[in-house]
Amino acid sequence: MAAATLSPPPVRAQGAQTTPNASKISVKDLNFYYGKFHALKGINLEIPEKKVTAFIGPSGCGKSTLLRTFNRMFELYPEQRAEGQIMLDGENLLTSKQDVALIRAKIGMVFQKPTPFPMSIRDNIAFGVKLFDDLNATDMDERIEWALRKAALWTEVKDKLHQSGSGLSGGQQQRLCIARGIAIKPEVLLLDEPCSALDPISTAKVEELIAELKNDYTVVIVTHNMQQAARCSDYTAYMYLGDLVEFGETEQMFFKPQRKETEDYITGRFG
Amino acid sequence: MITAPNTGKRLIDAAEQAERRQAKFASRKWVNTIALALSLAAMAFGVFFLVWILWQTIWLGIGGLNIALFTESTPPPNEVGGLANAIFGSFMMVMLATFVGTPIGIMAGVYLAEYDTTGWLASVTRFVNDILLSAPSIVIGLFVYAVVVSTFKSYSGWAGVIALALIVIPVVIRTTENMLVLVPSGLREAAYALGTPKWKVITLVTLRAARAGVITGVLLAVARIAGETAPLLFTALSNQFWNGDMSKPMASLPVTIFKFAMSPYENWQQLAWAGVFLITVAVLGLNILARVLTRQK
Amino acid sequence: MNPSPAPRSRLSGAVIDRLFGWAARGAALLTLALLLGILGSLVVGAWPSISKYGLTFLVRSVWDPVQNDYGGLVMIYGTLATSFIALLIAVPVSFGIALFLTELSPAWLKRPLGTAIELLAAVPSIVYGMWGLMVFGPILATYVQQPLQKLFNGVPFLGAFVSGPPVGIGILAAGIILAIMIIPFIASVMRDVFEVTPPLLKESAYGLGSTTWEVVFKVVLPFTKTGVLGGIMLGLGRALGETMAVTFVIGNMNQLNSLSVFEAANSITSALANEFAEAGEGLHQASLIYLGLVLFFITFVVLSLSKLLLARLKKSEGAKS
Repeated sequence: MAAATLSPPPVRAQGAQTTPNASKISVKDLNFYYGKFHALKGINLEIPEKKVTAFIGPSGCGKSTLLRTFNRMFELYPEQRAEGQIMLDGENLLTSKQDVALIRAKIGMVFQKPTPFPMSIRDNIAFGVKLFDDLNATDMDERIEWALRKAALWTEVKDKLHQSGSGLSGGQQQRLCIARGIAIKPEVLLLDEPCSALDPISTAKVEELIAELKNDYTVVIVTHNMQQAARCSDYTAYMYLGDLVEFGETEQMFFKPQRKETEDYITGRFG
Repeated sequence: MITAPNTGKRLIDAAEQAERRQAKFASRKWVNTIALALSLAAMAFGVFFLVWILWQTIWLGIGGLNIALFTESTPPPNEVGGLANAIFGSFMMVMLATFVGTPIGIMAGVYLAEYDTTGWLASVTRFVNDILLSAPSIVIGLFVYAVVVSTFKSYSGWAGVIALALIVIPVVIRTTENMLVLVPSGLREAAYALGTPKWKVITLVTLRAARAGVITGVLLAVARIAGETAPLLFTALSNQFWNGDMSKPMASLPVTIFKFAMSPYENWQQLAWAGVFLITVAVLGLNILARVLTRQK
Repeated sequence: MNPSPAPRSRLSGAVIDRLFGWAARGAALLTLALLLGILGSLVVGAWPSISKYGLTFLVRSVWDPVQNDYGGLVMIYGTLATSFIALLIAVPVSFGIALFLTELSPAWLKRPLGTAIELLAAVPSIVYGMWGLMVFGPILATYVQQPLQKLFNGVPFLGAFVSGPPVGIGILAAGIILAIMIIPFIASVMRDVFEVTPPLLKESAYGLGSTTWEVVFKVVLPFTKTGVLGGIMLGLGRALGETMAVTFVIGNMNQLNSLSVFEAANSITSALANEFAEAGEGLHQASLIYLGLVLFFITFVVLSLSKLLLARLKKSEGAKS
């Protein structure tokens, strides 16, 4: 594969093939609190490896909250806390002895609004890489090109790597953020409503990208757009007011949901 | 994709990479800890000096507090006395400067916020106001000397009042404009819709709505000039004796403190500390009052 | 139901309106007149000195009231040196304070600490000056200057740098006191701009696995750099124009005998404070006013630069959102 000559893909500890529905992340009895408010109630969920899983549900159902527990982003805010187990590679993320920064290196995140850092495109990508790896100039350039190609942005920016990231269009900025997240070779990619600030054409490009990314990464996407979930994901989790109502293969969820609440939401009886 | 012979090498590479990442992270963690410790130290530095300065002021000043401070005028060296004339002089000049400067400042602030928000005069005035706001106060003193003291050939309390007023005006302009701009336009429009003339809208509605903020601004200006020394040095000069005549040199707390503190006489230095204590109490008191007012609104 | 009052009051209402508007406009024009007046009177007052020395005044170091020969180098150097030392100390400390207040401090501590810093800003400079002279100076002499002098005794350059009578006055003392004075201003501005950094931006950096220090130094600071620079300029302007805090401890000597930071020296403001009242009309007074003009010009330049930077910040913020 052409990609293999640029740099090796992340290594799986076993080396053997992974079973089709092996879990990358296992959530067990997860409860989350904003101060006294019980935001996530006893969530049990298995995120399949190298597939796209979508979290859908009406506003306030907890889908973003759940996503942000995976990389412990909630720890930045003292009044938020999580209890339970989030198993990644056999270790509970919430109680791991490892420093949270190293955990976050394995789990990349892209936010609702594009957030390019106030530096050049090149430095944006290099930012994360420099935190963890000491690459010489050639290797760094290679890594930057690899990340930008993976994010389907290389051809558009290869001549202006030294220009500021904020000079790009919204869709390009978001793909830059995706490239930045990929550059440190995470295992999981968390996308929190990545297209909500983008126009339809950029949205289509990002959705194409997601379809490709799942070849190498486990992708979890939060979206308030059901059609997007139907288009992009392999598995869907429907959440309502902090509960996980139903989880299953996307096709099955959308055509033959098992719970009435799911059917009500999907058919637009409420939103 | 991953052929069997390469797996072993890839495993070793991965383990090595993990080790290097761990080492690099350890040093990053170290840098982080040091940086955060230094930031804590900086905060402690700031608080430490605040506490030290305030403590010294209270400790050294409170010893000199007695009735004589307020009833007797400044004495010659090595004699007993008080600061009555200086306190009176400061009080008079600060009060008069506030009465003179505040209306001008408010009117100019009104102009900027209500009449000409984006015109050229407004932009220039704002820029000029900022210059005046940050101009060294001693330069203001020089100006008043050249215009008032030189012309009338004498230092006077009035010259001091003018100098202080010139410091009050930019402060009040800035705070008044900021406060007026915050008043929602719906309020003004409602008043206009009733047929109210502009000047009434401004005085009866807009200014009244921004009242707390404007008063706070005035209080802050008063606090500022209460502690100003430089503008009084060559305008009001100073006066060893009690003087109620504004057209003659007038004593003021800051200038008296300056003179007494730089001297080698102990009783003068003691009086200087008492004066510093009084000024600090007044200024901090005004500031805290201004804060309380802002928080209430 | 009397019809006549209505037209009368409407007429007088219009007149009052017109007058009121003129009064407001006049007040605004007054500030302009003030600035021009200040500039004008300074130039006029300094003219004898300007016409005699021209720009060489800025580089002559003689200051002799007896021989009636003047040059402003000593004072200008004093002003610039003390302000430079003040910035050197104040900027990192303010950054540390802003970092603490925005990232490290527990929520309940933020408000009181922030207030404490702001109260420091309100303390009148004469208090700093007296404290500096009576309390800090002697401590500086005993615990810093004397040990340093012992340490560098005989060392060629450094020895001269710390020489001078060990009484705790001089450029270093003035610089330190100035630093303590301007820290609250710079720290408040830094804290304010750090606080309005979009949380998503910080979360992006944390999400990549950055430490707190890395987020603040590598992302927040570049993002806020224009505002930070504006705040520093503000502090610099304050330091340059400060009179009392400097006059007490700078020593008021008009000769530059050595480069020691412990030697007595003079700044523009302290020279004015000490000599102006006694200076007779003539070249002495004119030279002092010339110094005042130079100072005004320096602070004007610093202020204009900071306004330019802040204007650029406003514009780029608009483009981003």
